[in-house]
Amino acid sequence: MLFFNHFGRYLIMLKGMFTRPENMRMYWKELMHQCVEIGIGSLGIVIIISIFMGAVSAVQTSYQLVSPLIPSTTIAQIVRDTVILEFAPTVVCIVLAGVIGSKIASELGNMRVSEQIDALEIMGINTKSYLIMPKIIACLITIPLLVILSMVLGIWGGRLAGTATGIISPDTYDMGLLMNFVPYNVFFALIKAYTFAFIISTIPSYYGYYVKGGALEIGRSSTKSVVISCIMILFADYVLAALLLDKAG
Amino acid sequence: MIEFNHIRKSFGEKVVLEDVSHIMETGKCNLIIGQSGSGKTVMQKCLVGLFEPDEGEIIYDGVSFTDMGIEQRKELRQQIGMLFQGSALFDSMTVEQNIMFPIDMFTNKPFAEKLKQVNEVLERVNLVGINKKFPAELSGGMKKRVGIARAIVLNPKFLFCDEPNSGLDPQTSMVIDKLILDITREFNMTTVINTHDMNSVMEIGENILYLYKGKKEWSGNKKDIIFSKNERLNGFIFASEFLQDAKDMRMLEAKGKIDDNRDMNELLNGDKLV
Repeated sequence: MLFFNHFGRYLIMLKGMFTRPENMRMYWKELMHQCVEIGIGSLGIVIIISIFMGAVSAVQTSYQLVSPLIPSTTIAQIVRDTVILEFAPTVVCIVLAGVIGSKIASELGNMRVSEQIDALEIMGINTKSYLIMPKIIACLITIPLLVILSMVLGIWGGRLAGTATGIISPDTYDMGLLMNFVPYNVFFALIKAYTFAFIISTIPSYYGYYVKGGALEIGRSSTKSVVISCIMILFADYVLAALLLDKAG
Repeated sequence: MIEFNHIRKSFGEKVVLEDVSHIMETGKCNLIIGQSGSGKTVMQKCLVGLFEPDEGEIIYDGVSFTDMGIEQRKELRQQIGMLFQGSALFDSMTVEQNIMFPIDMFTNKPFAEKLKQVNEVLERVNLVGINKKFPAELSGGMKKRVGIARAIVLNPKFLFCDEPNSGLDPQTSMVIDKLILDITREFNMTTVINTHDMNSVMEIGENILYLYKGKKEWSGNKKDIIFSKNERLNGFIFASEFLQDAKDMRMLEAKGKIDDNRDMNELLNGDKLV
């Protein structure tokens, strides 16, 4: 019952966003602000985890490929495909669910508790539209871009680690990257990125917007929103893989 | 003028407001008073539409607020200003940006004109030169005044204040009260104030609604309070012996007699009032 109650309110919140903006210029300004906060604000962590994910992936793949019959180019192929299919969209988005999700939930929660949302409502502003919509659109714009950046940096991190440790030469790695490349994988990764961006922005918005109480409740709802976002990301990851990769095969 | 009739509001099983009717007059400071938990804040939130009453009707200048659609309410709300208990200033914005926000949202004026308007209201609330400060850098009284400035920047017809004196010292409270009273007169607004500050009641209470356990218990003005025989009201307003003595002195001056159950000789000897 509780699930349906939350899900119903979540859908009502999303429906409530679609009204005529009071002033398009102010909404645009807020959207740009959110793009900077979410996109630029998460850039550092995305760069760091992407490079290390690619590097670890290259070293571990080489460790597991013990047969001399398997060519070294396979390392590059495995790094490329795991980074594109799973690491960049899923792992990065799980990290972003923590970074962006907690930020969104605590920001909205603080605004709710300190009556700033009520103040906006009294002014005649649709707070769902003004506060939540720009966050969702900003996530839908910036998160897929961060995922593309993560793919590039992950593959580059693998190359860096592979050549630095002497596992694979740069030329062999580059050759491996071009072998059996399936462009559909990038398309699939972007579908995942858009789906996860929607989850990362809407679930914390719901928990932050409807928070009741004080500082303790803001913390609780922030944590809850991150946990539920992560579970939903993993669930959506499985569903999308089952639906889209099977078709591709 | 705001008129409300037979307002009822409950949360689950708990009835918070029951059959409350009153008229808030234009150009006056209308006070809603009562103990904590008496339903003051819920009453005010019903009036501004943050809560929907279960029953009853709210009428703004002859137009039913209860029957209005979302768009009509949005239009009316542009004529409403509200000062919240915690000021509700936007933390990430400066004082100037906070006050400019409603102008930005609802007008397309050039920046110079908006800035002029912001400076005018800041001057009106005696806060010149703090444009670039953030809310965290302000004292409680200053935050309240910025909150008032933001509430009146679009020249609203209705001003709502939720506990404007909470957390302020008596002197600052008087400044805020006087400011609200002056602004109400100057702009001929209908001002509705929630308070349980007795100084405010006696200073600016031109039309007072006393709520007791969610019901209308008494209404009148600050002069009527002195002569009221309502025991619950007297128990609430003149809670301390000092205030009871002060009330008796006022009655003595005005009517030459005090409440039957008070010792006149003891009072006149001045022991209590000193």
